[in-house]
Amino acid sequence: MSPSTDDAVARLAEQVATFLANHDPMTTDRIEFLRARFDAGLAWVHFPVGRGGLGLPRELQPMVDAMFEEAGAPDNHPRVNVIGLGMAAPTLLAYGTEEQLDTYLRPLWTGEQIWCQLFSEPNAGSDLAAVATRAVRDGEDWVVDGQKVWTSSAQNAHLAILLARTDPSLPKHAGLTYFICDMTDPGIEVRPLRQITGEAEFNEVFLTGVRIPDSNRIGAVGEGWKVANATLNNERIAIGGGPVPRESGMVGVAAAAWRSNPARRRPDLHDRLMQLWVESEAARLTGQRLRQKLMAGQPGPEGSAMKLTFARLAQQLSGLELEVLGAEGLRYDDWTLRRPVEVDFLGRGPGYRYLRAKGNSIEGGTSEILRNIVAERVLGLPPEPRVDREIPFKELAK
Amino acid sequence: MSELDLLYTDVENDLRRTVRDALRDRVTPSAVIAMYDGDRTVVEPLWKTIAQDLGLAGLLVPEAEGGLGASAREVATVCEELGRVVAPVPFLTSAVVATVAVIGSGHSVVADLATGGTTAALAVPFTTAPHGALPHLSATGGTVTGAVPNVAGALEADVLLVPVDESDGLAIYAVPVAGARINPVVSLDMSRQLADVVLEAAPGTRVRGDGEGSLRAALRTGAAMLASEQVGIASWCLATTVEYLRERRQFGRPVGSFQALKHRLADLYVSVESGTAAARYAAATLAVGDSDAEVATAVAASYCGNVAVTAAEEALQLHGGIGMTWEHPVHLYLKRAKTDQLAFGQPGEHRSRLAELVDLPVGSGEADGGSADGGPVAAPPGREIS
Ligand SMILES: Cc1cc2nc3c(=O)[nH]c(=O)nc-3n(C[C@H](O)[C@H](O)[C@H](O)COP(=O)(O)OP(=O)(O)OC[C@H]3O[C@@H](n4cnc5c(N)ncnc54)[C@H](O)[C@@H]3O)c2cc1C
Repeated sequence: MSPSTDDAVARLAEQVATFLANHDPMTTDRIEFLRARFDAGLAWVHFPVGRGGLGLPRELQPMVDAMFEEAGAPDNHPRVNVIGLGMAAPTLLAYGTEEQLDTYLRPLWTGEQIWCQLFSEPNAGSDLAAVATRAVRDGEDWVVDGQKVWTSSAQNAHLAILLARTDPSLPKHAGLTYFICDMTDPGIEVRPLRQITGEAEFNEVFLTGVRIPDSNRIGAVGEGWKVANATLNNERIAIGGGPVPRESGMVGVAAAAWRSNPARRRPDLHDRLMQLWVESEAARLTGQRLRQKLMAGQPGPEGSAMKLTFARLAQQLSGLELEVLGAEGLRYDDWTLRRPVEVDFLGRGPGYRYLRAKGNSIEGGTSEILRNIVAERVLGLPPEPRVDREIPFKELAK
Repeated sequence: MSELDLLYTDVENDLRRTVRDALRDRVTPSAVIAMYDGDRTVVEPLWKTIAQDLGLAGLLVPEAEGGLGASAREVATVCEELGRVVAPVPFLTSAVVATVAVIGSGHSVVADLATGGTTAALAVPFTTAPHGALPHLSATGGTVTGAVPNVAGALEADVLLVPVDESDGLAIYAVPVAGARINPVVSLDMSRQLADVVLEAAPGTRVRGDGEGSLRAALRTGAAMLASEQVGIASWCLATTVEYLRERRQFGRPVGSFQALKHRLADLYVSVESGTAAARYAAATLAVGDSDAEVATAVAASYCGNVAVTAAEEALQLHGGIGMTWEHPVHLYLKRAKTDQLAFGQPGEHRSRLAELVDLPVGSGEADGGSADGGPVAAPPGREIS
């Protein structure tokens, strides 16, 4: 690091130390502590002053997080509010008004308000620009009607980012607008959608006459696609944070199964285990390298490549784990319909891991779509021929 | 814990540009292709440029021993560039592997290697893994006797560095090629042509005793740097194929707009990126003498060896008929990539070693004695070749 960043590091470390001296994590109320940390600019140091940050380089964040963790400070339950922290916050920062930032950023960061993502619909998954949920202007409000699906955490969420169609007479990418939606609105009905694991992590969401004030619109009317793309780019980059230790995640689980089951060690399994171990290590280093590249800059399409790799490895390793376990792998931990607040890969059994990992190549963009993104935006290959670009949405075959 | 930097530093990028410029002017695919018809005239001037004019032969040699005192990171960057053009120079065999084997020996050969005035080759088969069986030749009265097949770099070498069995372990002797028989092998990769070496009472001098550690360190560095060469090969294959598919039209469209091909290239991109990270990490650990270097090298060697082959095979397939022609350079890359995959230990050999290093033992805990399904076992240090 250059001398000037050395200075910045020292100053920031001192700021954190002073903060911890003034807010004893052991005696300060959890939410009070988190609010104060936000107000001190120590939430996201790369965010602007007054917005939870100090306008510092992103690469300084891991040090801050590590210092707070070491001091036993409460965290903001990052795994419960994945969509709020990972997607809503950067989108707000890029396109939100001052008033929206004032209102939403702090409770989002402290975890007082959980967010979900009302994007996908029965007829708009990969083809997200095909959303049909309507938003019609009515005075100072918009009135929203439609159906969303596969919405993770909708049952726990206070707020949602919502993509809706405001002008069906325009081609599909042009008639969309992006909103902040209050999930406690009486027009919202959340129905659990049971999934292959037995639990209901995601939901169907029905919107009937939901009123959203125009002040909760993010970006201009008709610019929803552009805003949504900012969100999706952040979705695919979710590799933030600090260094990841070797054998963390699924490869560690599979390796542990191998180490604790000497009697089941077969050469064919060993060969696959070592191949996947090497690939996991290479992927871990690729993530580290990408993080080093991105520290200063914005997430780029390269994050899509990481997501592709992690999805494949999680699936292959969770499958291998079952094979290493043999008969034990035939048993499942729990089929009851539960509504978890977070995905808990490591806390559940191997059968759960195998089944849930199948979603890794679907959620947040399928692996096929991500390959398109890598091919077109990273490698610069020509786009697919588009048959629906110029046609008004309402005239498209549904 | 501070993590090692896996990006390229400004110094490395400058070095890359320098090497790339020098290669652009001096090595063309047609010159490399000519080597398959026995025309090796491209080698010597090119090697002189790299080794002496650019001074890269001494990169790894400490300043105190007459070199530049650079690290494995810079060397890896050079290897990438050499891989990118399948450069027919003995950089890896002489400036890396042979040099590492004798650094710190106090012998004058080190300074000679550092200037690029002398070129050396380690007399071990090119396929030898860092933990694999080493050849043991014998010495009496200042002469060395024995044979080693499939030696890389011997054809370019002035001096052979030979592992010699002595009562207290493996010594390394320097044997001038004038006293050796070096029989060229018709090689799969003629841009790094192999030779069978036969020594019959060839005059030699002892460079160091207790040489086994140095030999293995040399091979390990070779394996790690080879991974960067493989990254260079794979990057060229990917970039060239992307370029071609954007231009080539069939069915009224650029073929690169067909999704089946885009997805294959996206997957290849992902592998090349991972290979780059793995190779960078191996170089970074060697550069600072990190205790993780052996694991890092095994990971890079087993990952990158396959990436380069896949990249070359995909490049050939996606170029269609042109890819099968002698005129198109993709075959040079395929031959180099496939050869490299067998060099300094195959990916599977590195994975076997890795399994020991990271405590993922092979085979069942119950001794079943069945070696038939006992899985890959690291070759015991043996005396295979004499
Ligand atoms: C666990 C989980 C959680 C989720 N959470 C949320 C959430 O919180 N909020 C939300 O809005 N959505 C969520 N989703 C929805 C998810 O984003 C969509 O399922 C996903 O984008 C795919 O859309 P689809 O299901 O309609 O599949 P489709 O788009 O119908 O795709 C079907 C198949 O066709 C392939 N395909 C489609 N188009 C192309 C193309 N152009 N080229 C090649 N192949 C193509 C797909 O890859 C897939 O294999 C979640 C999904 C899962 C599994």
